[in-house]
Amino acid sequence: MAITEKVGTPGGWPPTPDDADGRMWTNRLRTRIVGTFPPEKLLPDRQPAYVASWIYVFGVATIAAFILLVVSGLVLSAEGPAWYHKSTAGHFVNSVHFWSVQLFMLSMVVHIWGKFWMAAWRGNRAMTWITGVVAFFASIGTAFTGYLVQSNFESQWISFEAKDGLNAIGVGAWFNVANVGQMLLLHVCLLPVVVGVIVVWHVLLVRKHGVVPPLPLKADRPREATDGTGVSSRPDEAVQTRGMAS
Amino acid sequence: MSARRKTSDDVAAQPWAGPVRRYDIVKEFVIALVVMSVLATILAAAFSSPDEKALTFQGWGATAADNLYATTVGELAGSTESAGYGPPYNDAGEGIAVGPLKPQKWMGVRIPVDPANDFVITPLKSQEQPAAVATALQAWEAATPEQRQAWAAALDEAIQATADADGALHPDQVAAGDYGPVPDLATGLVAMATSGALDGAMLSRGGFYSSDATQQILFLGDGSYLDDAATAQNLQGNTWGMMNGVNSYPGQPWLWWASLWYQIPTFNPAEDATTTTSLQDNADAWIFYIIGVISLLILFLPFIPGLRSIPRWIPVYRLIWRTYYRRHGNSHLV
Repeated sequence: MAITEKVGTPGGWPPTPDDADGRMWTNRLRTRIVGTFPPEKLLPDRQPAYVASWIYVFGVATIAAFILLVVSGLVLSAEGPAWYHKSTAGHFVNSVHFWSVQLFMLSMVVHIWGKFWMAAWRGNRAMTWITGVVAFFASIGTAFTGYLVQSNFESQWISFEAKDGLNAIGVGAWFNVANVGQMLLLHVCLLPVVVGVIVVWHVLLVRKHGVVPPLPLKADRPREATDGTGVSSRPDEAVQTRGMAS
Repeated sequence: MSARRKTSDDVAAQPWAGPVRRYDIVKEFVIALVVMSVLATILAAAFSSPDEKALTFQGWGATAADNLYATTVGELAGSTESAGYGPPYNDAGEGIAVGPLKPQKWMGVRIPVDPANDFVITPLKSQEQPAAVATALQAWEAATPEQRQAWAAALDEAIQATADADGALHPDQVAAGDYGPVPDLATGLVAMATSGALDGAMLSRGGFYSSDATQQILFLGDGSYLDDAATAQNLQGNTWGMMNGVNSYPGQPWLWWASLWYQIPTFNPAEDATTTTSLQDNADAWIFYIIGVISLLILFLPFIPGLRSIPRWIPVYRLIWRTYYRRHGNSHLV
């Protein structure tokens, strides 16, 4: 449709499916996005009372470490692959990158184990689990290519050792661990973007479905229940009668 | 109020209608970012990071000339690992396989490597050589493939016969024989390596730019120089090498579930084993398939009966949600 046709005042919100505004692709997409991720779901200020354990911080810790990795990686990329061998500043940035990898993978592994013991795939959350595991595998690939492009003894040895397994399953013919150029481009261009996209997808699924509720205790002895009053005895807890939009 | 008791899956699939608490996720994120930044900076400042200099052919020639000499002869004779590797480097073999699964063979030769020419003859021809080496090059190129093979294999065999109790080779002690130009070619390459010229020749290969180290890695790996350096750093695959870094730095410890399989005798023969099983001969393929199966199990765990119930059988969740259970018990299921 010509965009000059029937230009008028914007329709009301939300547009109804029957009017011209409601049939616009733009409005349909906006309605879908806002419906799936209303602001209070995307950036909630309340969480279910059971979200009260240190295990919950490892998800956000993983994201924080990922941001550190991207920032330190961008500095390393801007200066070029030989910089950190020759410059004290470059070596320090590389060290930050190196330890960020360790912190990132440690946080992610603890996060995954935590979610495993919560059986966090319950309640239509299987895709949340799957995207998390895919993020883990993509992170392994990203870290692995990082080790390969260090252009030092370690990268020589890892590429020599890793080639045999990859060749054995036919992957080595296309993913040549001794081809520094190929590994460098995969490490700085493709794989971080893959990890980033999957992590964003994963976080959106968590926001959409909410944090998985507790498994049942074998001994069902409700204590300090809200007894229908809608008010918990804890000062920082209150029953949200409309429920968490999760 | 319904009398029917809800299952935890019922509750999990519904919007949470129970008690809630204030939770400032933006503040949580900012704190996490600050803590991670401080941690990474402290670790970087305190422990730095590994950067062991890359090995060079010059270093190989200077510190293990006999091994480089023997490896060069092996490349000409076709007896090295690279020379007999098969796909994706050459068609000297089929590669390893698991039963009828032969993806290494199926993918074909996509990264052609001809060790005799790429590692020895072409580098020697890339620069002016002493008269003896130049003459040897002419003789090599004028000879038939059969003649070249006969010369190189004879010298290779003679060198292997000089192995001492530690397995070290002594090319200067080889028995007299008809080795043609091979000794001069190997001597020329060792001299080229020791001078540093071989590193440049292998890197550029007659061109200007290079970003592919496949040939250098394969050549280095054919000798003992790289292997010995890795052993000294505890990086061998059968000693959890994937998880270790150089100089006691952490490597990739998150790969323990892949490295594990290289530690067991089923796939990893003993050092003094005189025979190996098919599983050991094709260990890389078997282990990578096992890694693939484990990956699929983890990925699709929510759909696998038994595995998905482990968290219910081993109640770690009681620890995770202990505060909630103490205050609310199973009230979310009522």
